[in-house]
Amino acid sequence: MNTSNNLLYLILIPLLSSAILLLLGRKIDRYGHLIGTLASACSFVIAVVEFFAMKSRDVTQRAVTQKLFEWISVGDFKVDATLLLDQLSICFVLLITGVGTLIHIYSIAYMSHDRDRRRFFAYLNLFIAAMLLLVLGDSYLNLYVGWEGVGLASYLLIGFWNQKPEYATAAKKAFVANRIGDFGLSIAVMLMFANFGTVTFSGVANHAESASRSALTAIGLMLLLAACGKSAQFPLQSWLGDAMAGPTPVSALIHAATMVTAGVYLIARSNFIFDVAPTAQMMVMIIGAITLLFGAIVGMAKDDIKKALAASTMSQIGYMILATGLGPVGYAFAIMHLLTHGFFKAGMFLGAGSVMHGMHDEVNMRKYGGIGKFMPLTFVTFGLGYLAIIGVPPFAGFYSKDKIIETALNHEGSAGLIFGSLALIGAAITAFYMSRVMLMTFFGNERWTNRADEPHEAPFLMAAPMVVLALGSICTGFLFTRGESLVNWLRPVVNPAGEQHLVEHYSATSISIAAITAVLIGVAFAAIKYLKQVPNIAPDNVSVFTKFARKDLLQDEFNNAVLVKPGQSLVKTLLNFDYIVIDGLVRLVGALSLDAGQTLRKLQTGYVRSYALLMILGVTALIFTIWLVTL
Amino acid sequence: MNIANYLYLSALLFTIGSIGVVLRRNSIVVFMCIELMLNAANLAFVTFSRINGNLDGQVVAFFTMVVAACEVVVGLAIIVTIFRSRRSASVDDASLLNR
Repeated sequence: MNTSNNLLYLILIPLLSSAILLLLGRKIDRYGHLIGTLASACSFVIAVVEFFAMKSRDVTQRAVTQKLFEWISVGDFKVDATLLLDQLSICFVLLITGVGTLIHIYSIAYMSHDRDRRRFFAYLNLFIAAMLLLVLGDSYLNLYVGWEGVGLASYLLIGFWNQKPEYATAAKKAFVANRIGDFGLSIAVMLMFANFGTVTFSGVANHAESASRSALTAIGLMLLLAACGKSAQFPLQSWLGDAMAGPTPVSALIHAATMVTAGVYLIARSNFIFDVAPTAQMMVMIIGAITLLFGAIVGMAKDDIKKALAASTMSQIGYMILATGLGPVGYAFAIMHLLTHGFFKAGMFLGAGSVMHGMHDEVNMRKYGGIGKFMPLTFVTFGLGYLAIIGVPPFAGFYSKDKIIETALNHEGSAGLIFGSLALIGAAITAFYMSRVMLMTFFGNERWTNRADEPHEAPFLMAAPMVVLALGSICTGFLFTRGESLVNWLRPVVNPAGEQHLVEHYSATSISIAAITAVLIGVAFAAIKYLKQVPNIAPDNVSVFTKFARKDLLQDEFNNAVLVKPGQSLVKTLLNFDYIVIDGLVRLVGALSLDAGQTLRKLQTGYVRSYALLMILGVTALIFTIWLVTL
Repeated sequence: MNIANYLYLSALLFTIGSIGVVLRRNSIVVFMCIELMLNAANLAFVTFSRINGNLDGQVVAFFTMVVAACEVVVGLAIIVTIFRSRRSASVDDASLLNR
């Protein structure tokens, strides 16, 4: 395998920049953001260079590694800190550094009024470094380091404005939910070590064929749990909505384009495990399908523009997870949707940020309306992202989502039909709720109250990244599917056997027509409902289902009842056990010695005569004993 | 005369002394009883010295006298001090540990 010396710099530059920004403190407040942006841009340049170098090599020679140092060496167990850049990770590296750099640029303007902008850029750089480590690690243990790193960065950035208690709580919630997933990943790593004696991707891949089915299923399910935590999949999804407490660029970069897709990366990377563990693979599909509908339904009822987009992210990642569950054919499409989603969703989040910027940080879409003519550029870029996500040809989302639906429907057995249909329904709902966001924000009557200052267009530094991402929303889908370029590119990593569907149950054309029909139905419903006057305040006389959806389908209530309450009572029980049993024992010992002392004290009468008598009796007894013994 | 009679006398004196220590309340009398016990022991030492035909017992008797002399000095001082502060020479009155 080829080696490269540049991989380290990909991670090191943003990491160093983050350290500099944090350590030098307020002294570099004036130009700290420039350092951060430059570091991210440097990584992007290296990534592009590496990409073209990789492209020019032969298919079998494309992966490169760089051994940094011997990390763990205990007996037979050796783990090196080695970086691996192959066809799969380069996709992520380009997405992370590319979108990351754009969002750095956007943040310069977006965060310009925040006195902690330098700290913000330090955390962003930290995130970039951790995320790159995650996708560049050549073993699950290296990946785990990055996995925890992005969790930390995400926590810091969600709670960036932690002077508001509810934002700090949101950060904590995200961290705790992520910990549950991390727990799954650590168990998976331990299981791999116990069963295979190695944790590198290649090592595990070699052993996976011959391993026991139950071990593989257990590892697969634990990896799925990890993916659920990081990617906000059912049942660990509840943190993503609250994570919108972070600044909007964070929502765009971490909670839409990159970090939340780490779960998809993990499953795609572990294809060698899931391909031989059908139970785990079935669970992946079920989780993906549940989440894609869950997110879509929640998205229909949200009035907060960022929360609506977050629900949509959850739903779109559900699509990706579903695709990874479809076996060797699905992985490439999952990654394709991930990349296109990275563009259009990040673009839309930046658009939402731009709208908030122009509307004095108002996030309630019921207070928007008719913004399109005041912010034409935001309108157009957001609109392109919108067309991409609902899957209108020839925009990016059409290609990637259509491929997932097609792959699902052509999956063998009745599972294919069920999941494919669910994905189609999801597409219709996606079209509905995204049209709702679009119509409530940019069309209709103007509902903002402060007439004095109209919404203003974003400054250049914010507009430029939005334009670039909008261009990506237009053309990436076409580029990825032309001549199956992305599928062929990823094949050596995710589908080395080159599997194809045996039977084409439905033709690609008929599926495309069905998908477009579903989209049109969704858009039509939204148009009927939201092109007329939209009330300023969310109406109360709504159906039970809407109320459910507004409450996030009771996910918090569920967590409270099933996890938090029992957890609290368990803690209370343990506390009482500690107080009564453990402390009781200690106090019992104390009381006993006190009582013993009080009883023995009575011997000390204070009368000299009794002491003398005791002495005499004692000596007499002693002499008598000696006499008896010597007798 | 049978030399064992000295030992009987010694035992008798020791018993009288110890009974005095236990039964009497006046600290001076108690003190004198202690002296009596010491002297009984001395008598026994000297007698054993005589029986065994060496000087070991007599040497110890001298040591005992020295110790007794020191003890008188310290003990009487304590008794006088207690009497001054408490206006009593009864050993039973000095039973503060009891409280």
